[in-house]
Amino acid sequence: MFKFIISRAALVIPTFLGITFLSFFLIRLVPGDPIEVRVGERGITPERLAMLREQLGLDQPLWVQFASYVGDILSGNFGTSLVTKNPVLLEFLELFPATVELSVCAILFAVILGLPAGVMAASRRGSFWDHTVMGVSLGGYSMPIFWWALLLILLFSVSLGWTPVSGRLSVMYYVEPVTGFMLIDTLLSDEPGAFRSAVHHLVLPSVVLGTIPLAVIARMTRSSMLEVLGEDYIRTARAKGLSAGRIVGLHALRNAMIPVVTVIGLQVGTLLGGAILTETIFSWPGIGKWLIESINRRDYPVLQGGVLLVATLVIVVNLIVDLLYGILNPRIRHGR
Amino acid sequence: MSATDDIEMMASPAKAAPPSPLRTFWWSFAENKGAVAGLLVIVVIAILAIFADWIAPHSPTEQFRDFRLLPPFWADGGTLRFPLGTDDIGRDILSRLIHGARLSMAIGLIVVTLALGMGIVLGLVAGFYRGWIDVAIMRLMDMMLALPSLLLAIVVVAILGPGLSNAMFAVSIVVLPHYARLTRAAVISELGKDYVVASRVSGAGTLRLMFSTILPNCMAPLIVQATLGFSTAILDAAALGFLGLGAQPPTPEWGTMLASAREFVTRAWWVVTFPGIAILVTVLAFNLMGDGLRDALDPKLKR
Repeated sequence: MFKFIISRAALVIPTFLGITFLSFFLIRLVPGDPIEVRVGERGITPERLAMLREQLGLDQPLWVQFASYVGDILSGNFGTSLVTKNPVLLEFLELFPATVELSVCAILFAVILGLPAGVMAASRRGSFWDHTVMGVSLGGYSMPIFWWALLLILLFSVSLGWTPVSGRLSVMYYVEPVTGFMLIDTLLSDEPGAFRSAVHHLVLPSVVLGTIPLAVIARMTRSSMLEVLGEDYIRTARAKGLSAGRIVGLHALRNAMIPVVTVIGLQVGTLLGGAILTETIFSWPGIGKWLIESINRRDYPVLQGGVLLVATLVIVVNLIVDLLYGILNPRIRHGR
Repeated sequence: MSATDDIEMMASPAKAAPPSPLRTFWWSFAENKGAVAGLLVIVVIAILAIFADWIAPHSPTEQFRDFRLLPPFWADGGTLRFPLGTDDIGRDILSRLIHGARLSMAIGLIVVTLALGMGIVLGLVAGFYRGWIDVAIMRLMDMMLALPSLLLAIVVVAILGPGLSNAMFAVSIVVLPHYARLTRAAVISELGKDYVVASRVSGAGTLRLMFSTILPNCMAPLIVQATLGFSTAILDAAALGFLGLGAQPPTPEWGTMLASAREFVTRAWWVVTFPGIAILVTVLAFNLMGDGLRDALDPKLKR
């Protein structure tokens, strides 16, 4: 077991090094000198440019610069925003809970709807229900979610007036940030109605962000269930006279869940990518909106640090999923 | 099958000649109604794209200043002159959509060609030579897959600067690892087969072995991935356009159109609705056809 964990973790190290390398070069590939990018249009004298270059170590050979960059990262220094002058890591940690809250709600929405839909479709293969689930999930899979968001806003916010269009909480309320998770913070505060407002703000973005994972999970559950339902032990269970509900719910679902759990775990990348679009549309103060704004403001240190942090996150979560998969399924663990 | 049938079949080979591969492929493809529907939609969109100049009622950039934000013809105040209405500066939405089809098809074609080309070469080299070069290439691909695809595309665009061609390049970079991995896996499974050994023994050079002996036998999964790749390319390029990082206004790219329509979401639903439908229908068609191709081309999935 220990050997398995170590060997999987070791595979991640080169990937992580590569990502560090990529983010290091990111700021050097951007057209123009990093300092000129920093001073913007104000201009700078050649003497001061030379001084700044020396100060920032830009006159050193590239490998020395890379070494000091890695050193900085290992000591938790991910650079400083050009616009706000705050450390990038601090800004990331401040905005991160908003993205996590949104992603967790999105994945919950996707699982709660997608799992039963997939199971039902598989247990009544070829039925009207099966075709509907497959059709809808294909549609969800092909959906440009930025447009889907606009459509939902058009219907629920503009026409029906049920949900707000942007932000995490109505301006009527002020809630002291304790955990950074609005749902928890509003519950902890004494403001009546604040929790309700937070939920209202959360519904549409979660649905939008959860749409593609929903489609993927429904399809995956269906095909995985179909495969398991064809196994011999299911026939045995049927021959024993067990009810259909017991066979599907108890015998088949357990084994069908293994690939589904992996797929759910692998949605983290999709969620973070989708969060960029969703947060931009709903003005959700999270990591995705922050990254897009950093591009528009030409705030390259934020983009550099942000990309590195997001990539690290995805790598770590994928590693955890991989390990869990091995723990759930001994065949994988002992296969290598 | 009885023994007499066997004898009869052997006696009359002409009658029992196997159908051509193309025909068997078409039979199993045509069984899938969704795939055929997808193919039809793609053909229609392709025709619209090719003949956009003749089909579109107006120029995509001509501004009819007296007809701003006109609703579609069936709504109150709409006219058949602008069947799907006009946008905020009086451009005909239908014409812009038709010209947008040309852009989206071109985006799909260019992105898939670039990614397929680079991916095949990388995958062939990795699978053929193995060793350190394989490790290096595949680690690089894993790294690219570790980043959310949209984020990676955004990073590439941030480096190169916004614009349609840079966005296309960015999306090809992002989808490249899928093609490289598929090619590598197919090459490795083909490499040990007898026909490859025979070709090698009879003195075929490395390039010949790679491109003319092995590659044609690896094409099935690549064709499927390329079809599905069209939908990814169109979606991602539209997303970049929507974020202001892809095609720039006044280019009638569907994502860019949606971006400039955002502020009218409360006043003019048609400006927001139609470009999205265009993206959805096109992407859906490619996904349907890709699924059908996979079922038809992949013998492992045949039931």
